Amino acid sequence: MMLRIALPLALPFAIVAVAFVLLSQTDAYIIRLATTFGMYAALALAWNIIGGIAGYPSFATAAFFGLGAYVTAVAQNLGAPLLVGVGLAGAGAALFAGLLGSAILHLRGKYFAIASLVIAEVLRELTNSWTSVTGGGMGINLPLAKTTLLTQPQLYLAAMLFLAAAATSASMLIDRSRLGVALRCIAQNEDAAQIIGVDTRMAKTWAFVISSLFIGLVGGVYASWVTYIDPTDVYDGAMSVKPILMALLGGVGSVFGPVLGAFAYLLLEELLWRNLLEFHAGILGLLVVLLVLFLPGGLSQIRGVGLVSLPKIWRRAP
Amino acid sequence: MTALLELKGVTKRFRGLEALSDINLSLKSGEIVGLIGPNGAGKTTLVNVITGVHTADAGSITFNGAPIAHMRRDRIARLGVARTFQVVQPFPAMTVLENVTAAALFGGGAASIAEARDAAAHHLAFCGLTDQAGKPAANLTLAGRKRLELAKSLALRPKLLMLDEVNAGLNPAEVDAALELITRIAAQGATILLIEHLMKVVTRTARRLVVLHHGKLIADGPVASVLSDETVVEAYLGRRYAERMAGAGI
Repeated sequence: MMLRIALPLALPFAIVAVAFVLLSQTDAYIIRLATTFGMYAALALAWNIIGGIAGYPSFATAAFFGLGAYVTAVAQNLGAPLLVGVGLAGAGAALFAGLLGSAILHLRGKYFAIASLVIAEVLRELTNSWTSVTGGGMGINLPLAKTTLLTQPQLYLAAMLFLAAAATSASMLIDRSRLGVALRCIAQNEDAAQIIGVDTRMAKTWAFVISSLFIGLVGGVYASWVTYIDPTDVYDGAMSVKPILMALLGGVGSVFGPVLGAFAYLLLEELLWRNLLEFHAGILGLLVVLLVLFLPGGLSQIRGVGLVSLPKIWRRAP
Repeated sequence: MTALLELKGVTKRFRGLEALSDINLSLKSGEIVGLIGPNGAGKTTLVNVITGVHTADAGSITFNGAPIAHMRRDRIARLGVARTFQVVQPFPAMTVLENVTAAALFGGGAASIAEARDAAAHHLAFCGLTDQAGKPAANLTLAGRKRLELAKSLALRPKLLMLDEVNAGLNPAEVDAALELITRIAAQGATILLIEHLMKVVTRTARRLVVLHHGKLIADGPVASVLSDETVVEAYLGRRYAERMAGAGI
């Protein structure tokens, strides 16, 4: 029993610690890539909790990411240390998700998706107009973190990898908990879930809160890492779409799928983006089209389908 | 004996249509009651109102002393009200065992997933589904899915079990097997409301019969007297059936 709890908690952190030791002495480019990987993996895992396991296709990732980034920026500019600033980012995003959840989580399928899509737009406009606190469209600078043991890049590599490990642990724990069973029931048949006594409102809200907590934390670390943010950067709609693509690539609803997907996506991004600078938005669109075409059933219905089964689906499709 | 379920003046309207009007019904603990009526009489609506899927527009519903007319459906389920669906509602991608485990975990009040799984295995054995436990629910035959519905309902450890057309779409052999299962469930002491089209099933299991017609309760009493009731014969059974039943001495 203890082992069943302890293993998911410890294993991802152990892997990440080894990875950090191996990567921290490499050149700046590799460190930046690995940091981005940690960030993508954490975001995809976080999205997967609400979008994959619970089957609620959220397009609000950019909202919580941006909120986390701005909470950290404002807090650190007011003198809060890095750790406090990032902690506040997570808490702020989680709290916001709890409140928001009661308003939009009763919507299902595409209605929920559209409602969640609007949130980032609203927050971006608010951030734009609240100039006295957020700096408005001019953006906001963050102070450089004071570090002793690590260099700046090493610090953020460690932070992002840590968040990815924490999100993995959380996903593994949810997967084998009551909450996980409830969320899977909700994803497959919400009415039937209620009839067997699942408090669906509570379960969905928890999933949304846990998911947003990680997204907010990642946003907070991101802001501290890049030291300058503006509303169009952190509330970027692509920030909502990318984690979904990663989860789709790797396997929606599975625990490790999003990690695999984040890696595949980063690889694509590095290979294609760099060589097709003018056309990368088009490629993103094409990727969406291909995924939707060859993963039939639509976003909210796909579960456990991943890269491995793509060739099979390919053969089956017309 | 006090009533387990008590409906007083329950009315449900859908726009202009009065699906249930002024229903007064009381079920005693341990009773098996058949609910019959023509298509569209409001039988399923009645179950939906009791389980909280629909909210009654008027009237009160009391279950085990607690008012449940405005309670959320998951809370009603946890109080011990279970139902099967006319159109089966499995969790398709989960295995048969996982389906029943989920029911035992939430509605059945199991303390842990392991405990819920043990309870689920027991209910699967009871419903004759042990062989299918590892299959995805989507791969079951219709008869199998109806049994799965029953197993899920039983896993809620219900005080009141409402079976909505569990035999619809089954062949005669499957109906007999289902009938045998219902009799065994009844023997365990749960109160059962049996919604049926097949008179064979109703007359064999229920002692009391309730008849709905156009949303109104037109008869309520012992099976034999309800089946010979003039209004019921006119509304639902038809002359020929009544004569045949009289000839058979029921």
